[in-house]
Amino acid sequence: MASGYDIKDLEYWDSCVREKVEEFGLSVYPQEFELCDSGQMLSYMAYHGMPSHYSHWSYGKAYERLKTLYDYGVTGLPYELVINANPCLAYLMRKNSLCLQILTIAHVYVHNDFFKNNITLRHTNAGQIFSTFKARADRVRGYVEDPSIRFGRVEGVLDAAHALSFQCERNLEIRKLSREQQIAHTIAAAQSLVDPYRRIHEHAPFIEPDLNKDPLEPEENLLLFIRDHNPRLSAWEKDLLTIVHEEAQYLAPHIHTKIMNEGWATYWHWRIMNSLELPQDLHLEFLVRHNQVVRPIPGEINPYHLGFKVWADIRRRYDDPTPDEIDNYGPPQKSGAEKIFEVRECDRDVSFLRRFLTKELIREFGLFQYAIKGDALVATKVADEEGWHEIKETLLRNVGMGGVPVIRVIDADHGRKGQLFLRHEHDGRDLHLEYAERTLSHVHELWGRRVVLETILDDEQYLLQIDDQGFSTKLIH
Amino acid sequence: MKTVFRPYSTSEGLRSDRSAGDRLRHRQKVRKAIRSNLADIIAEEAILTKAPDRVIKVPIRGIREYRFIFGENAPRVAAAGNAEVEVGQIVGTASDKKGGLPSAGDRPGLDYYETDITIEELVDIMFEDLKLPELERKKLRENLVVHGTQRLGYRRVGVRVQLDRKRTVRSRLRRQVAARGVERDSWSQEPRLSFHRDDLRYRRRVPNLLPESNAVVICIMDTSGSMDVMKKYLARSFFFLLYQFVRTRYQNVDLVFIAHHAQAREVNEDEFFHKGESGGTMISSGYRKALEITQDRYHPSLWNIYVFHCSDGDNFPSDNLDAEKAAQELCAVCNLFGYGEIKPSGPVYNDDSMLKIFESMDAVNFCAFEIASKEDIWPSLQALLSRERPNMEAGV
Repeated sequence: MASGYDIKDLEYWDSCVREKVEEFGLSVYPQEFELCDSGQMLSYMAYHGMPSHYSHWSYGKAYERLKTLYDYGVTGLPYELVINANPCLAYLMRKNSLCLQILTIAHVYVHNDFFKNNITLRHTNAGQIFSTFKARADRVRGYVEDPSIRFGRVEGVLDAAHALSFQCERNLEIRKLSREQQIAHTIAAAQSLVDPYRRIHEHAPFIEPDLNKDPLEPEENLLLFIRDHNPRLSAWEKDLLTIVHEEAQYLAPHIHTKIMNEGWATYWHWRIMNSLELPQDLHLEFLVRHNQVVRPIPGEINPYHLGFKVWADIRRRYDDPTPDEIDNYGPPQKSGAEKIFEVRECDRDVSFLRRFLTKELIREFGLFQYAIKGDALVATKVADEEGWHEIKETLLRNVGMGGVPVIRVIDADHGRKGQLFLRHEHDGRDLHLEYAERTLSHVHELWGRRVVLETILDDEQYLLQIDDQGFSTKLIH
Repeated sequence: MKTVFRPYSTSEGLRSDRSAGDRLRHRQKVRKAIRSNLADIIAEEAILTKAPDRVIKVPIRGIREYRFIFGENAPRVAAAGNAEVEVGQIVGTASDKKGGLPSAGDRPGLDYYETDITIEELVDIMFEDLKLPELERKKLRENLVVHGTQRLGYRRVGVRVQLDRKRTVRSRLRRQVAARGVERDSWSQEPRLSFHRDDLRYRRRVPNLLPESNAVVICIMDTSGSMDVMKKYLARSFFFLLYQFVRTRYQNVDLVFIAHHAQAREVNEDEFFHKGESGGTMISSGYRKALEITQDRYHPSLWNIYVFHCSDGDNFPSDNLDAEKAAQELCAVCNLFGYGEIKPSGPVYNDDSMLKIFESMDAVNFCAFEIASKEDIWPSLQALLSRERPNMEAGV
């Protein structure tokens, strides 16, 4: 323990913070804190914070990279690492000052509240998460140690599965239709609409839907689809795909809510700390630390800064709207506190920013849009009257899982040859060709037969194909 | 619902290095990636002729984690902070963005990977499975070569994997007995005596040195006027790698340096690598000098002899016959004779080539190759040093 305080002090301050947390109406899972040193922190970071996790070289790579960056002082370590679990687990750095520990404890409680209450994070199964991860680690170790499988093959499947792990459902709130429902849906869609002018309109010919097609509706979960449709995979391979998929499904909601979550924690730690009546020296240190966290970083998006400002702005607009805002949107129906608690429950980054990132805020942040020209990053739009809307749209496309291209399975038996047909849902952004090629070769490893990906490159439609002969591209006219 | 605080444990056991295995595996992949990119890396000028302890940055491409990501046409948004940004303003360079943390959907540059490696380590990787080919048993065997390590006794300090548990337990028992000097029966009532640092016994490993036959490597370089800066650079790079190879892999292999133009003379290492000369070219002079040296100091019955020669092949025509004859004599006494012709492509260079003249050489231990650019250096050296015995193949 660093000098100046001990566990007793932490427990004292924890109870103070805890009181405030309840007073402000945050509702949390039970909380556990663990004090750790920098080496442990690096290890936890490399393994997504999990106390046990299956082993794969990419985590060794992550560790080396974090350690190098830390050793050379490029980045510091985070003040804390908090795991979405019930009871919620957070690691505190033992060398941090008392003020930082109090700040971190407050911050952790608010993350905890967000984990418990946000709808996107509802699917993460926080109650069993540690035992789930432990069980997965044990299973993977079992396969590695199985003499009939060998380490190299396990690693190969994990390499391939990692490449596709985030090609999974974006929104678990959207109910997946069962096969029967999909059939009904397809038949209904094939019927021509009731047309009041059918007497003068030409009849649209009835096209009989192919009900044997698989999948009937485009499928987003690549790993699960391959698992369920490639009979050549052995049980352990299928299990590895499941493990990687489930882990991505656990991590994805945190990516979807990064800005909201950090902003929420920052907003409330700021309120809590200000209400704690800290001694003056601690309070001054708090102000310094807080401002370091929420400072805008030129050339990047700081989620702490952005989220903090947006949350504070929502509250202000409902508690204390300007006359202009009342003119435009009418008088608020709710108090600011009610509103932010509602938003904390039902939004994710994309909807949060779409609803609450105003033109004024975009201007205040000095957001701008840039593109790569040669080796230079050139600003293409700035937050003025013409530019702000497009900047907002671009930002919305990039937050959350927006940075991951949407790839869907269209047909598992393309050309009646068992080929896998995938389609990239192009939204104006092209795929990175080299990465697409290498990732497709991973799909090919898992699928075992030819894989075709339809995409658009430079406004032309292409088929990217990979089979035993290698990779090729084909232009479609 | 009470909050739990788990204090920091000072016990090392609870702070085991869980990522060690994954780091090791990652490191193996890095080494493999370096090996497969060696020709590119060696071609970097920084590596050739540099001090061995220098650290260089090696780009690694083999161990990226590929995912579907967006390409460069995708626009992105950033905050300007307090600065004003105008349309068209250059706000940074794409390469600056490299080296950040990779995360889902990041731009490709972020997963670009560089690793630090010393030249010594690199050389180590390069020469991992190369050796002087066709080493024969000779009478003198003073050349000590490291063949892995072997066990030799025990010691009190060492690395964990070498811990000898049996001996450690035994020395603890010994200490226990010495501490109390009591009857065996009363042991069980005593409090458990824990291990002490002094109890630990580690197996000691020492390099396994085995004598091998003596060998000498003779480097002959053309330093005539026609060898311009580029050619000299290529020739020196070749010899530098060869020199590194001999120095890292063999402790007692002799090196002889001969520089020749119309005359040849033996030079030291420093002169060979750093001094230039000029004049006409008589290749035979270099070979004669090599023959002379082998007669004087390295008799073929006692020594394995390797001769390597680099030249641009621009020989005096009158000397060609002589050169071929000398080359044949050299082949008769040495284990391997490698001739490298430096021919950077370009119209200014003439077509004179010793390769044509040497075509008629039928000695199995003769090997000619061409170096057109720095990318050729490593493959040709590799080919030379991993040569299978051609006469053995012919015998089958």
